[in-house]
Amino acid sequence: MTHYLFIIVGAVLVNNVVLVKILGLCPFMGVSKKLETAFGMGAATTFVLTVATGASYIIDHYLLMPFGLEYLRTLSFIVTVAAIVQLTEMVIQKVSPVLHQVLGIYLPLITTNCAVLGVPLLNVANKYDFVESLLFGAGSSVGFSLVLVLFAGIRERIEGAEVPTYFKGTAIAMVTAGLMSLAFMGFAGLDKYQ
Amino acid sequence: MIIALAVMALGAVVLGAALGYASIKFRVEGNPLVEKVEAILPQTQCGQCGYPGCKPYAEAIASGEAEINLCPPGGMDGVRKLADLLGRDAKPLDAEEKPKQVAIIDEQTCIGCTLCIQACPVDAIVGAAKQMHTIVEPLCTGCELCIKPCPVECIVMQPIAENLDNWKWKYPVIDIKRAA
Amino acid sequence: MLRNLFKFKGGVKPQTHKAPSVRMPIGEAPLPERLYVPLHQSIGGIPDPVVKVGDTVLKGQRIGAADSWVSSAVHAPTSGLVQDIAEHVAAHPSGLTTLSVVIEPDGRDEWLPREPVDYRALAPERVREMLRDAGVVGLGGAVFPSHAKLTAAKTVPVEHLVINGAECEPFMTCDDMLMRERAEDIVRGGAIFRHLLQARQVLIGIEDNKPEAVAAMKAAVAALGEDHEVIAVPTRYPAGGAKQLIRVLTGKEVPASKRSTELGVQCFNVATAYTAYRALAHGEPVVSRIVTLTGNVEEPRNWEVRLGTPMRDLVALGRAKADTARFLMGGPMMGFEIPDLAAPVVKATNCLIAGTPAMFPAPPPEMPCIRCGSCAEACPHELQPFEMYWFARARNFGKTQEYNIFDCIECGCCGYVCPSHIPLVQYFRFAKSEIWAREREKQAADAAKARFEWRNAREEREQAEKAERLAKAAAARAAKPAVTVSAAVPDSAAASVPSADGVALPPSTDADAAKRATIAAAMERARAQREAVQPKNTEPATAGQRREIAAVEARRAAVVAGTPEQADAPKRVEDA
Repeated sequence: MTHYLFIIVGAVLVNNVVLVKILGLCPFMGVSKKLETAFGMGAATTFVLTVATGASYIIDHYLLMPFGLEYLRTLSFIVTVAAIVQLTEMVIQKVSPVLHQVLGIYLPLITTNCAVLGVPLLNVANKYDFVESLLFGAGSSVGFSLVLVLFAGIRERIEGAEVPTYFKGTAIAMVTAGLMSLAFMGFAGLDKYQ
Repeated sequence: MIIALAVMALGAVVLGAALGYASIKFRVEGNPLVEKVEAILPQTQCGQCGYPGCKPYAEAIASGEAEINLCPPGGMDGVRKLADLLGRDAKPLDAEEKPKQVAIIDEQTCIGCTLCIQACPVDAIVGAAKQMHTIVEPLCTGCELCIKPCPVECIVMQPIAENLDNWKWKYPVIDIKRAA
Repeated sequence: MLRNLFKFKGGVKPQTHKAPSVRMPIGEAPLPERLYVPLHQSIGGIPDPVVKVGDTVLKGQRIGAADSWVSSAVHAPTSGLVQDIAEHVAAHPSGLTTLSVVIEPDGRDEWLPREPVDYRALAPERVREMLRDAGVVGLGGAVFPSHAKLTAAKTVPVEHLVINGAECEPFMTCDDMLMRERAEDIVRGGAIFRHLLQARQVLIGIEDNKPEAVAAMKAAVAALGEDHEVIAVPTRYPAGGAKQLIRVLTGKEVPASKRSTELGVQCFNVATAYTAYRALAHGEPVVSRIVTLTGNVEEPRNWEVRLGTPMRDLVALGRAKADTARFLMGGPMMGFEIPDLAAPVVKATNCLIAGTPAMFPAPPPEMPCIRCGSCAEACPHELQPFEMYWFARARNFGKTQEYNIFDCIECGCCGYVCPSHIPLVQYFRFAKSEIWAREREKQAADAAKARFEWRNAREEREQAEKAERLAKAAAARAAKPAVTVSAAVPDSAAASVPSADGVALPPSTDADAAKRATIAAAMERARAQREAVQPKNTEPATAGQRREIAAVEARRAAVVAGTPEQADAPKRVEDA
């Protein structure tokens, strides 16, 4: 059990997908202007990423590996993730319009999110089994949502701050993201207690 | 090689079929995004964006056909809100920004042709054939659509003056202390 | 009995500066040369003028009638001639104009026959109507129509009626002097409110820095044999805020979403109680109020001033000193600067302060917010001003609402304690009025959208009907030639090609004559109908409509006057 706990804590904090692995920066910058949208994006990503890790694991183990087609991983993962996202969006829109209101406009954005592709590839690289893959996927996406919401909260405040003209907008956001990244590096110290 | 092609082809066919089936099975009419966009537009129905009314423009924006900076009555404020909603970049407005206005008919000149009544998108002009027309000011959106049809050019736009009802407290002037 | 008092959170203790203006009794301000009585002097609807230019009015005659429930009548403050009903500068920070009745006093100051009534003998609804028509509004400064506050909640009986004599603003002493000199009328007014609300107990709260007022009120209560309780409350600004005083006296905290009546409490200012009593027991509507004139004047004093008196005339009574730079209406905490002393004294004018640069120095430069939290500690409504400030500054108005900016009473405590000298209240006023403006715009947009959609639907329907009519006409035409063909001359050309104007070619002279007869008959009918029609829309327009028409005419005149110039402009450009 501790093993699973380490995977989750590691994915959420120590190896945070955005701030340490530097993946999924487009939505991190793009939809962090408001707290509400950040929540929506976080929820949507958590959902898609968990599903995508599961699906990728199945594709990898039951389709690619038996035929020795590991070199097609990137391609087939992208196609699968894209298809799953589209499918999910359609189903949600039909089944639960309320949920679609919340997640709707973010789902298509996730299709080409590098975090969503990167995490399944990391799973393969780490040789995780199915449960571990799912946990790592879920943990990564929770980590993603966490920093996205934190970052959105900070950015809402930056709006009111007196930022030097040339740093306004994305520039100061990048600086902030860098500082947050530095802060998250501090979690690397958790390793000592392993 | 052939196996690779076959596997990828199989994947493509399966996923494509699933998506195709889903798009028929889970078809939903209407686009919620259109409503959100329309809520931001000022509903003057002026057509200055090149679309016949605010809803068609909202549809065009939602489908990605139209730029978001075509609405002069919405002003730069409106462009910014649309940019926020859609995650696009705020562009400068594609026209001059004007203060809010209402149309005024000079009744001495009006010949009662009803052309402006037909042009008004919000039924803010009252009058009948060969009778003087006048504008119901609270309903006028300042769209200027009635100006062109008037054959005697008796309609002018008048900026809405500040009064006690629409007066606003101003943003406090910040007097930052200068470094000596 | 020593009553257990409660505390409200926050608040500040500024210098009171009350002593100078209580040395002299309330003076009667003389009649000014001209009175400018604004029609809109209370929260709510704008009263309609019920007098015409050239009318002679008596003191107390109604000149503006309440146009809705939340609205209050306006009366002539003296007898005289209505010279004009026109825009005049308002007692408002903007210095904009408002529709005012200009009265030239005749000097006789003759009352309209006053009819005292016994409120106990009347139905409560009738009493409320009478208060509305007497122009009784909250004279503490909020000017909310009092009759609208005099209805108890259906489910909760009114436990406490609070009469507010706290008067926490520095400089202001009008309520203090009123309580000292006219205590009995206030107590009787409290009894009226109590009767209307069926309140169990009346609590009169007075700040403990006004011992004379407390003594006078206690004496009055004893003399009249009422069981009102006069309570001295600790002096701390803003103890006179309705919610704060309710908290101090009853321990009840009124939540943002509720009215105090829902908790069984209602609160009125002492001056309001006084005017309510005068209105009912003496038949005197609100035509004057007590105004503190203080600050940098030779003779600080309270004056009973007729509403509509230009502030300049009032200031002349106290002889402002030479170095006076500006005038504040209301206290230094919540008041605002009067841009033009031509503005009249209105029901909200409780105090006029002449200020010098030394008394009210220009605020030191605003420094950055250091989030020290002093403002949150001082806020009597337990808000977080530093958060609201941050988002108001960034124009993120949605967030300011999340921090409950609309619960802010703009008391100014936060700005008073701010070590960075940030004018916090100004930011909140700015944010509030922006939010209101946006709300108005949103409503206008929704209305325009609804009208546009309705118009489109109508056009579609009309087109469908037209198409249907055309189809029917075509069908009729198709049927008719068939009949004529079989009955009369077989004219295939006429049958297959109907003439361009839609009338089938005359098949015979008989039919032609018949048709002409029908047309003649129809014309005759139409003529008869025309004669029978009575002219419509002839009833005189209401005052509100007349006013609107006048405003439109004025704007139109301005436009017409401006048009030739505009037309000339391009020509001149071409010439050049």
